[in-house]
Amino acid sequence: MSLQSDLGKVKGLGSSKSGTSHWWAQRVSALALIPLTLWFVYSAMKFIGMDLFAFRAWLNEPGSVLLLSLFLIALFYHMQLGLQVVIEDYVHGEKNKIFLLLINKFAAVLFAISSLVAIIQIAYGG
Amino acid sequence: MNSQTRPISPHLQVYKPQITSVLSILHRITGVGLAVGALALVYWLNSAAYGPEAFARTQEFMATWFGRLLLFGWTWALFYHLCNGIRHLFWDAGMGFGLTNVNITGWIVVFSSIIFTFGSWFLGYGMVGG
Repeated sequence: MSLQSDLGKVKGLGSSKSGTSHWWAQRVSALALIPLTLWFVYSAMKFIGMDLFAFRAWLNEPGSVLLLSLFLIALFYHMQLGLQVVIEDYVHGEKNKIFLLLINKFAAVLFAISSLVAIIQIAYGG
Repeated sequence: MNSQTRPISPHLQVYKPQITSVLSILHRITGVGLAVGALALVYWLNSAAYGPEAFARTQEFMATWFGRLLLFGWTWALFYHLCNGIRHLFWDAGMGFGLTNVNITGWIVVFSSIIFTFGSWFLGYGMVGG
């Protein structure tokens, strides 16, 4: 049996220590994504009907690899933060919630890294 | 205490849909839709890394009517989430909270997302010619 008061048990829990960091990260990544998204939409128009040869040539243009990498990193970071809130809001069972939150984190990292690796393979691979 | 017998507050379905509430849930829905779009982007890039044939198959699928429908939906979702996201950033900076402003900027978001969507598809077709 714990001698802690009810208040003592909950003090320091919840978002009282780090609640603003998620909020800030979401805004900062959103800000970064404004110019990057506009650049990506403009670039995506050129991707229509492209074959791999033309896509490799585009990737080898100055700035393509860098901007596409920045876009993907910001995108998956922002996506992970957003989906986390959706999961926290709608999934109620504690086990399911933690499971999905973990999947969300792992998937975001997996997709981000795998697309970066793909870009490097296309641009610099044989 | 049995939670079943406790009084509950009125839920979503009793409220009349308003521009503010509809745009708010649309922000979340487009966000989740764009996460699916991000998966497609990962697939597209990985098929390109896999080889010319795999990339050609992905590009072929994207050119079908269903592929174009998906891309069109993602284009609108992207512009909506972008425009409404900028609206959110202004709110976060403490600007535009008045009811009149909220309604006006809401409609600006709706119309600009539609204009940007059609505009970018018009430009895209112009660049490639069909």
